[in-house]
Amino acid sequence: MTLTAHTSDVSASQNMAAPNQGTGNNFKSNRPLPPISGFRTTVASLVKDIRLEWRSKDAINSMLFFSLLVVVVFSFSFDPTAQESRRIAGGLIWVAFLFAAIVALNQTWAREMRNQVLDAYRVSPAPANSLFLSKAIGNFLFVLLLEAVMTPLFIMFYQLRALGPAWQLVPIAVLGTWAIVINGTFFASISLRTRSREIMLPLLLFPISIPALLAMVEGTTSILSGELTARFWIALLLAYDVVFTMASLLLFETVLHAE
Amino acid sequence: MKRLFPLFAILTAALLSFALYESLIVAPVDQLQGNVYRILYYHASSAWTAFILFGINFVASVVYLVRRNEKADVLAFVTAEVGVVFCTVVLVTGPLWARPVWGIWWTWDWRLTSTFVLWLIYVSYLLLRRFSSSGQTPVLAAALAVFGALDIPLVYFSIWFFRTQHPQPVIGDGGYMDPGMLHVLLLNWLAFSCLAFMVCWSRYNLEVLKRELEEAQALESLLETGGAR
Repeated sequence: MTLTAHTSDVSASQNMAAPNQGTGNNFKSNRPLPPISGFRTTVASLVKDIRLEWRSKDAINSMLFFSLLVVVVFSFSFDPTAQESRRIAGGLIWVAFLFAAIVALNQTWAREMRNQVLDAYRVSPAPANSLFLSKAIGNFLFVLLLEAVMTPLFIMFYQLRALGPAWQLVPIAVLGTWAIVINGTFFASISLRTRSREIMLPLLLFPISIPALLAMVEGTTSILSGELTARFWIALLLAYDVVFTMASLLLFETVLHAE
Repeated sequence: MKRLFPLFAILTAALLSFALYESLIVAPVDQLQGNVYRILYYHASSAWTAFILFGINFVASVVYLVRRNEKADVLAFVTAEVGVVFCTVVLVTGPLWARPVWGIWWTWDWRLTSTFVLWLIYVSYLLLRRFSSSGQTPVLAAALAVFGALDIPLVYFSIWFFRTQHPQPVIGDGGYMDPGMLHVLLLNWLAFSCLAFMVCWSRYNLEVLKRELEEAQALESLLETGGAR
């Protein structure tokens, strides 16, 4: 694997450097290792995460089952007729996805605690932000997959039909998911260092996510009911994403190396 | 500095008493609301004081992230704590006033909601400080403080999009306020700021002492285990 390659010379030379060297035992040579590319590190770490998830399916299964439970439980709390659903569905859907996303976010870094993998990341010369981006993109893909599977179910169970421009739901979903995931990944790395870390993540994430959540819920509701335009909410989500992506990238290295 | 503190405390107490007298007796009765409106002197002054404290918290957190100055960390912690107390006063006095005037305790209007969210953000900051394990706390808390401060404009802007029931601001924005009331309000604000400053001051000293004590205890136990060997 690319990331660990630079921290342990032997595995590096055996696994990846050999084809270009021609000699076959290059770990004796004194040539300096090439600088680590941020992009390649991101891709390598992302591929590793996706492969792990593909094999275990821990996060995606628990997220799917959790949001399915939310669908059922909420159906008792109000009468799911088409008109009533249209008013409530925006909030219902996003709260379900937010809670489900916590499952994936919580295990983002917990996975790296086993065998001191995170410590290895800390001492490796790989850029911290590529690690962060790969985690964020991984979570983004998992939550998008969840949404792709669950949305048809929501539509079916609650008889939803958009009266406004339905295509606008796509930017809301993409920007909203990124908003949850970028902050969630960052705060998961913070809550990792606390006692009772699994409880800490939602406590940190929810207050900060309120503007994004409000934008997602209100945007979705206004599209479903067709009464108002969702443009303002999409713009707000975009601003939120830009601000917090920048902030996370600026501060992640500091947080990762905090001792 | 130690001699200055009692002097400042006496000054603050005198100022607070004078402000109380002014707001309960001297300030004129409101034409529409009667005497109920007088809670404004506590409500608005606490709100402004809390905002200032949260502002100091943000600046101190940034200074800590850049310079790694421990004093800045203590200052950030202390201002967040006292700020949450003042913000709680705002959230308690608001409904007390709203019940007789609006007829309801609470409404999800933008100012109420955003102040509530502000309170939630800083409570989560204090929770993080409480739950995180010692050595890394300042960095993590400072990062969260920066995130919280970045979030506040977005919170206000997004919630502002809802209709508002709150009385319009009386300072600036063209609202009108009787000059007799205005000077009492400003006097109260000054008194509350002095109180906040005093509490922060003593809390700051307490926190510094607490950290010194913890350090000394850690050192002592280290020496003891070393001596036992």
